[in-house]
Amino acid sequence: MAAKDINVVEMEEVVIRFTGDSGDGMQLTGTLFSDTAALSGNDLSTFPDFPAEIRAPQNTIAGVSGFQLHFGSTKIHTSGDLCDVLVASNPAALKSNLKHAKKGATIITDIDNYEPKILEKAGFAANPLEDGSLSDYTIIKAPIRRLTREAVAELGLDTKTADKSKNMFALGLLFYMFNKELEHTILFLEKKFAKKPLVVEANKLVLKAGYIYGENVEAIKSTISVPPANIEKGTYRNITGNIATAWGLMAASEKSGRKIFLGSYPITPATDILMELSKHRNLGVKTFQAEDEIAGVTSAIGACFAGSMGVTSTSGPGLSLKSEALGLAVITELPLIVVNVQRGGPSTGLPTKSEQADLNQALYGRNGEAPMFVMAASSPVDCFYAAFETAQIALEHMTPAILLTDGYIGFGSELFKIPKMSDFPEIKPPIAAPNSDFKPYARDPETLARQWALPGTEGLRHRIGGLEKTDIFGQVSTDGLNHERMTYLRHEKVMRIANRLPDQEIVGAPEGDLLVVSWGGTKGFVRSAVEKMQKAGHKVGHAHFRYIMPLPKNTRQVLSAYKRVLVCELNAGQFANYLRTNFPEIPLNQFNKMQGQPFTVIELTEKITQMIQEA
Amino acid sequence: MTEINNTIEKSPVKLTREDFVSDQMVKWCPGCGDHAILASVSKVFPEIGYKKENFVFVSGIGCSSRFPYYVNTYGFHSIHGRATPIASGVKIANPKLSVWIVTGDGDSMAIGGNHFIHIIRRNIDVNILLLNNRIYGLTKGQYSPTSPLGSITKTSPYGTIEHPFNPGELVLGAQGTFYARALDVNPKLMTEIMFEAARHDGTSVVEVLQNCVIFNDGAYDDITDKSVRDDRTIVLRAGEKMIFGINRDKGLHLKGTSLEVVTIGQDGITEDDLLVHDPYQADPGIHLMLAKMSGPDFPVALGVIRSAKCYPTYDDLMEEQIAEISAKSKIRCMDDLLMSGDTWTV
Repeated sequence: MAAKDINVVEMEEVVIRFTGDSGDGMQLTGTLFSDTAALSGNDLSTFPDFPAEIRAPQNTIAGVSGFQLHFGSTKIHTSGDLCDVLVASNPAALKSNLKHAKKGATIITDIDNYEPKILEKAGFAANPLEDGSLSDYTIIKAPIRRLTREAVAELGLDTKTADKSKNMFALGLLFYMFNKELEHTILFLEKKFAKKPLVVEANKLVLKAGYIYGENVEAIKSTISVPPANIEKGTYRNITGNIATAWGLMAASEKSGRKIFLGSYPITPATDILMELSKHRNLGVKTFQAEDEIAGVTSAIGACFAGSMGVTSTSGPGLSLKSEALGLAVITELPLIVVNVQRGGPSTGLPTKSEQADLNQALYGRNGEAPMFVMAASSPVDCFYAAFETAQIALEHMTPAILLTDGYIGFGSELFKIPKMSDFPEIKPPIAAPNSDFKPYARDPETLARQWALPGTEGLRHRIGGLEKTDIFGQVSTDGLNHERMTYLRHEKVMRIANRLPDQEIVGAPEGDLLVVSWGGTKGFVRSAVEKMQKAGHKVGHAHFRYIMPLPKNTRQVLSAYKRVLVCELNAGQFANYLRTNFPEIPLNQFNKMQGQPFTVIELTEKITQMIQEA
Repeated sequence: MTEINNTIEKSPVKLTREDFVSDQMVKWCPGCGDHAILASVSKVFPEIGYKKENFVFVSGIGCSSRFPYYVNTYGFHSIHGRATPIASGVKIANPKLSVWIVTGDGDSMAIGGNHFIHIIRRNIDVNILLLNNRIYGLTKGQYSPTSPLGSITKTSPYGTIEHPFNPGELVLGAQGTFYARALDVNPKLMTEIMFEAARHDGTSVVEVLQNCVIFNDGAYDDITDKSVRDDRTIVLRAGEKMIFGINRDKGLHLKGTSLEVVTIGQDGITEDDLLVHDPYQADPGIHLMLAKMSGPDFPVALGVIRSAKCYPTYDDLMEEQIAEISAKSKIRCMDDLLMSGDTWTV
C-alpha cells in the first residue's frame, strides 16, 4: 500500500497503550503490534494490565483491560511511564486510562461507542469528545464499528461476527501511523484461524480498512518512524517472564539430566508456567495439576525424593499454603524448586496486579529455623537465567530454593537474545553411587550438601522425614545438642552458597552521593531513573540485587560505598528491613509503593532528586 | 498366589523376611495392632518378589505413620495428611518403584481427606494401607472421622455428635478400583490381601481394622472376638459363595435391590441361592453394598471387596503420552525449542 505523501517524523522511543473492554481483544492487538515492532528491529518491553474478572459488565470501568508497549531504537528497560498513543476503544477505557497518557498524546477512540447510555456507564456526565476537556490531546475520532461493518459487508456476516474484528481496525491504523508492515499479522491470522477462512478474510479486510483510514484521515498530519535499535547481533524472540521461567527450568533439567516434575495448582499470575510446561511432554516434562497448593508442593517433594527435578509454581496465597511442606523440604534437604510469582496481598489481595510483598514470606514463612536459598528475577528475560540458576543451586547444594518473580515481569515481555545451550554449565547434583558408603546426613566438606540417594538404587535404602535426625547417620533423634547442631548446619549450608555467587555490582562510580538499591522485578525502572540522573551529572549509583538469601559477600561494602542509600521496593520496606537486620550500622532510606503498579521513572527521579537536594 | 506381572524389576534371588527388617527399635505400644501389620508386610514383600531397592514406603503423621522406620526399604515419613500426594510424586517420577503408603484414619480421612479421594480418582498405581483404629492415638485419645457416633473420647466427653466415614464408601465414591478390608488379628488373611493389592494395577486401599490398646481398646471386639468372629464377619473370596457363620450355614442373598442374610435350609434356601463374589466386575454397586454392611443385622465384609480393572493408571497414561508426543514432535532439545516459532536474526 502506498502511503500518502506526508511527513515522516523520526522518534527514538514510543509508548502505546491499548485499552478496551476485557473481551475486545486488546491483549492480542498489543501483542501483534509488539511482534511486528520486534520483527522490524525495535527493542521493546510490554506489560498487560487487566482486571481480575474475565468479562466484567460491558462498557464499565471494571471491565477495562490494557496492554502497554514501549518500543524504540535504543535499549528499552521498561514498559514505559506515560503513553504517546492511547487506544481507548470505549468511553470507560478513556476515562480510566487518560491518567496514563502524556499531555499532547494521540488518542484513538471509536466514536460509535459514544452513545449517551455508554457514556453514562463509564461515568461521563457529558461527551468528553465534545466538551473541550480533551483539548490537550490529539483525538482521532474513528467510526470503527461502522467502518468495520462496511469493510466486511461483502462477506455477508452477521453484525456480531463482524464486530469481533473491530480490534484489527485500530491495529491497521497504528501500522499506518508507525510505518509498519501488515505481513506478520496476516500470517498470524491465517495460521490461527486456518479452519475458518471467513474469519481470516474478515480480519484481513478490517486490518486493511484501518490502514487505509489512516492514509485518508485529516487528523494524521505525519507518520512516525522508529528506526531499528542498535542491538547486539544474534537471533531474537519476544518472551514473557512466565514463559522464560518455564524454559529456564527446562534448560536446567537438560543440563542436569534430571527430568522435571511440576506439581502445581492454577493461580494468577503464575498459571502460565503450569500451562507452558504442560506443553512439553515431548521433552519428558511431567506436569501434575494437583487438587490443591499443598498437593502441588508435596507431590514435587515426592518427585525430588525419587530423583526428579521437583518444581512447584504459585503466587502469594499459594506460598502460604505450602509453608509446612517447605519446612519438610528444608529438614529432608531435598532440592525442591519453588517459583512464586508475586501479586498484591494480603489474602486474595490484588490477583492481577504486581507487588514485591512476599519477600518476608519467602525468607521466614515457615515454622522453626528453616532457611532456604532465595533469589529474585529482575526482568522477563532474566526469569530464564534466574530459573536456571535457582535450579542449579538447589540441585548442587541439596537445598530447597525459592525464585521470586512478580506479575509485572511474569506477564510482561521483552526481546530475548536466544542463547545456545552449549554456553550453559553442566549441573552436577551429588547423587550417591550404588552400594557406596551412603549416610543420609553425611556432607560435602565444602558446600555441606548431603548426598542424594535415589530409590531403586542398590545398597542405599534409607529413611528420611520430618522428624529431626542425627547428624551424619540420619536416625530419628530428639537430642537437644544434635538438634542445635543440625539447625546450624542447615543455616550454614545455605550461607555457603555465597561462596559461588558473583560480587554485587554497582552501576555507576564506585562512590558518590546516593546509592539506589532495588531487587527483583523493578530493575528496569530504577535503572532508567538512575541513568537519567547520571546523565544529568549527579553522583548516583545503582545496586540491583538478584541474590537475596544469601546476599552477595560484598554487600556490606556496597552499601557503605555511597554517602546515602535509598532502598526502592514495591512493598512497605521488607528488603530494607532485611538489610537492616544484616547491617544494622548502615542507615537506609526507603521509597515504597503499593499501588499494584510498577514504579514510574518519573516518580523515581523525583525521589532521587529530592534525596540529593536534602544532602 | 498368582504371579505379579508389571514393569517393576524382580529380585534375581529369593528374598526373605530378614531382608526387610530394619535396625530401628519398634516403638509402638506392646499389644498394638500395628505390630501384626508390620509382620505381614515383612512376610508378603519377599513373596511379591521385587528387588528390595524398588520398594518405597511413604507415610504421614500418626502412630501408623512411624511404619517406614521399621521396615528396611526406601522410606519417607512426611507431614500430616500428605503421604498420598508425596507418594503420587514418587510414583509419577519413577513408575518402576513399588510405592506403599501407610496412613491412619486421622491422617487419611481428616487432614488428608482431599488428597485421599484424588489419588483414588486418578488411579495412581500405589498401595495404601489404612490402619483404622477409630481414634487419634499419637495425640492421646481424641475422636477421629471413623469414630462411631456417640464415642466418648477426650474431645467428646459427652459422646461425638458427628457421623463417621466408612472408608470403603469413600473409596468407591471416588471411583476406586481396589478396596479390601482386613483384621489385625487375622494376619493370614491380611497377607493374602496385601499380595492382591500389590498385584492390582491402580490405587489399592487396604483398610485394616486395628486395635489401639491404650486409647480405644476393644473397639472391634464385637466382631474380632473368637467367640463371635465367624458369625459377625464374612470373608469374601473371588468366585466363592458368600457364606459365613460358625456353622457355615449363613449366606448373603439379593432380595429385590438389597442384600439379605439367609440361613441355608430355612425357607427353602439352598447354597445355590447365595451370591457369588466377583471383585473384578466393573460395576461397583454390589461392592458398595458389601462395604457398607455392619452389625447387628449384617456381617462385616472382609477380604478383597473390589479389584476392578476398569480404567488405566495415571502413571501408565503419563508414560504413554510422553512416548506418543515425543515420537511426533520435531523439538528434541532446548536449542530446538528456543529457536521454534517467531524468531529473527539481527
